Amino acid sequence: MDLFNNLIFGFSEALSLQNLLYCFIGVLVGTLIGVLPGIGPLGTIAILLPITYGVPPVAAMIMLAGIYYGAQYGGSTTAILVNLPGETSAVVTCIDGHQMAQQGRAGPALAIAAIGSFFAGTVGTLLIALFGPPLADVALKFGAPEYFSLMLMGLVAAAVLAQGDMVKSIAMVVMGLLLGIIGTDVNSGVQRFSFGFFELTDGIGFIVVAVGVFAIGEIVSNLGEAQERRVLANKVSHLFPTLQDLKKSWGPILRGTGIGCFFGVLPGTGPSIASFSSYMLEKKVAKNPDEFGRGAIQGVAGPEAANNADAQCKFIPMLTLGLPASGVMALMLGALTIQGIQPGPQVMTQKPELFWGLIASMWIGNLLLVVLNLPLIGLWVKLLQVPYRLLFPAIMAFSAIGVFSVNNSAFEIHLTALFGVLGFIWMRLGFPLAPMLLGFVLGPMMEEYLRRAMLMSGGDPSVFITRPISLAFIIATILILVVMVAPSVRKQREAFTD
Amino acid sequence: MNLEFLERKDFWSGAMLIVIGGGAVLIARNYQFGSSLRMGPGYFPTVLGAMLVMFGVYFVIQGLRSGEKLTSSWSLRALIILPLSLVLFGLLIDRAGFIPALLALIISSAAASTQSKPIEVLAFAVFLTAICVIVFVWALGLPYELIAGIW
Repeated sequence: MDLFNNLIFGFSEALSLQNLLYCFIGVLVGTLIGVLPGIGPLGTIAILLPITYGVPPVAAMIMLAGIYYGAQYGGSTTAILVNLPGETSAVVTCIDGHQMAQQGRAGPALAIAAIGSFFAGTVGTLLIALFGPPLADVALKFGAPEYFSLMLMGLVAAAVLAQGDMVKSIAMVVMGLLLGIIGTDVNSGVQRFSFGFFELTDGIGFIVVAVGVFAIGEIVSNLGEAQERRVLANKVSHLFPTLQDLKKSWGPILRGTGIGCFFGVLPGTGPSIASFSSYMLEKKVAKNPDEFGRGAIQGVAGPEAANNADAQCKFIPMLTLGLPASGVMALMLGALTIQGIQPGPQVMTQKPELFWGLIASMWIGNLLLVVLNLPLIGLWVKLLQVPYRLLFPAIMAFSAIGVFSVNNSAFEIHLTALFGVLGFIWMRLGFPLAPMLLGFVLGPMMEEYLRRAMLMSGGDPSVFITRPISLAFIIATILILVVMVAPSVRKQREAFTD
Repeated sequence: MNLEFLERKDFWSGAMLIVIGGGAVLIARNYQFGSSLRMGPGYFPTVLGAMLVMFGVYFVIQGLRSGEKLTSSWSLRALIILPLSLVLFGLLIDRAGFIPALLALIISSAAASTQSKPIEVLAFAVFLTAICVIVFVWALGLPYELIAGIW
């Protein structure tokens, strides 16, 4: 069987000593930043991207992916132990997870979170392996109009489904597209928006934008808020959940996984939406919903499975279509491009070791997280006590070194500072940042596909609706817009955002 | 005249979009626009800039009518000091070397927080710089002069 052979091939790739090492480093760093509030996976991956330049593509992607799902995992550890969600996706876990910890059941809460995450991760991995190849087969038949419509759909969906003001999200996508085309126009050789700086000939560096907006802008924003936090960790005594715990949890884990996989393939929906939906569902189907908020294990199992499944399934559109469904996936796409790999369906056929190796490594990484983290919990809690006043200068230092190491260019450091200011202003005004990054990554590609589509059709824009696949994407785009603008959905969405 | 709109998020959001979008459209006038069949270098930026201006007008109108106010809990100090400390790093790294640039960056950026303590910051800066030298220059082999002209 093909799937089986492919997975074996993937595991043999992922289990090589080098890749295993990078996987280990990735999940360790990921858990670390997941534990620490104030720095998220986006900022960390952006800062660490330059370090992966000298590393072979497979190992680099494995490490970056490890940071990503490790962060989800670390975020829930602190949510349970100290009621501090390290990542936004773990906010829901705080509700019942921390209650369990206060009742002296921190161990089972952590264990069930780990088991749920691991199960969801396994299902997610299988889904990628199952649906990746057929999706890529379809995508290989795409021409320029199909790609343009697909990207349009992806960007609109990402903007509309993201948390925050919908119109602001769409404006941010456009902003990203505009920033993305700065530099030399490939067709005419004209320098666009370079303001006379020769450093802008090749456009603004991807790392510059990501580090500036997500690391620097975030720090500026954090420093404006109250920083004091008291950390009172609960003791973790026995780890193993009781038989009754397991009985109560398997349903939520299954449902959470389903919800996570569904939201995972939708562009723009962060893991927090998946975990939140799972919590609401569990509360609805529970026999005694009163337990929720007072340490119901279902309230930990479901959301934790959901956010991990979501994180995993986000890789499907990125790896098969070259379409980033979230900010982190935009970074991964950027990392691929930097490694000289053109993202898209051909990755699977031309670089099978990358595709299957990455998938297998995610399963191994999830296993590593379970084995590794339960004994390390004490260390993570200690780390939480590092005050932010020391943490942020360290992030500044790593950011500066990371950006500088790309081109040894002081100009890019200054540009990063500028994007830090812009990122802060955007955040203050309520503009979500991830849609901007998606637009930034897709900007040059979209312009190129639009140009080619127009050349193909002789300047007739109806090409987008006369080709069936492209038409389907356009209809889907319109549907998404119509549904989200409908007053009832809009109201619900705003209530949810609060 | 009622100037209350000057405190609203949406008003400033719109203003920001109009400035950036309008600027893009103006600059893009120097690039050939072309036609839909053969899109020139000015085509895409003009369309995108115009879209930003449209969004901007929408937000300005919203902001003039009503809407959420800008909240006041933010740190002007951080907004000024952090970008400047990066600029300082950029200026120093080619001229003075890796160690002075990094020390300057860490110490100056720590000043962005009101809670930093001078002695702690100094000690931490030395400690962190040492770690960065070991990890980035010695272990990862980034080719930087540690102190310009000397090391």
